[in-house]
Amino acid sequence: MASRDDIKFLSNPNIGSTHKKYCRFKKFGIRHIDYKDPDFLEQFVNSQGKILPRRITGNSLKYQKKVAVAIKRARHLAMLPYVTDLLK
Amino acid sequence: MKQYEVTFIVDPVLSNEEIESTSKSYQDLVTNEGCSIINVDRIGLKQLAYPINKRSSGVYYCVEFNGESGAIVPKMELALRRDERIMRFLTVHLDKYGIKYNEDKRAGKIGTVKKEKKEEKKEPYKKPYKKGGDKAAKAAPAPEAKPAPAPEAKPIPTPDPTPAIQATPATETKPAPVATSVAAAAPVAVQQVAKSEEE
Repeated sequence: MASRDDIKFLSNPNIGSTHKKYCRFKKFGIRHIDYKDPDFLEQFVNSQGKILPRRITGNSLKYQKKVAVAIKRARHLAMLPYVTDLLK
Repeated sequence: MKQYEVTFIVDPVLSNEEIESTSKSYQDLVTNEGCSIINVDRIGLKQLAYPINKRSSGVYYCVEFNGESGAIVPKMELALRRDERIMRFLTVHLDKYGIKYNEDKRAGKIGTVKKEKKEEKKEPYKKPYKKGGDKAAKAAPAPEAKPAPAPEAKPIPTPDPTPAIQATPATETKPAPVATSVAAAAPVAVQQVAKSEEE
């Protein structure tokens, strides 16, 4: 049962705060993206198996291109699906 | 000198020896061309993401080799294409980062040290993305803290209306507090809400 103390925020208090997105490959110094690692690549794909845009992932252009190539290679090798529902 | 990596999927219906001999034949092909094999990785039987040739799984092999010139690649690809035991293949030229990555992987650096790193960045990213992705399909990846309060905040508005509805008949049954202070009716209602919640 929710007590009165739980009723603190009528609206989401974090609405105004913005977190800057960053390119993880630049930040952590990852130079090579392995196409044989579908678990890693799954992070750059939505639940239908579509490649997520840079706008959402925050990747830099250089690495977004590499991610896209790696995902396409993984699809060819049936490590990632071309089309699905409920991938994640 | 160029370094290549060929990944292929062998039909899983074949017996183990046949699968072994298939991969062996391509290793021989590479060595016969005067190229040196750097590493053979038997990734093993894996489920395919979609059926290929009416098979739902396949045995993955990855062979890394040094090609003096690129001459071997078309020859090998032709052989792979003609082979019925091979379901899919992919030949990739490795750049210097790819070579280093594979070396690190063999040395176990990727599995342990680097994966910790990977998980580090996975955590802050994956959480907001997954939750945001489920609820508001294409909402921008919410900042890290954002999704956490959201579920907390959600249940609160939902119980609110129900006690409020319960509270109104309660006030009808007990007209005394409402009659005494009409202006204070709202706080009374809130108190009743709190009481009913405690109950």
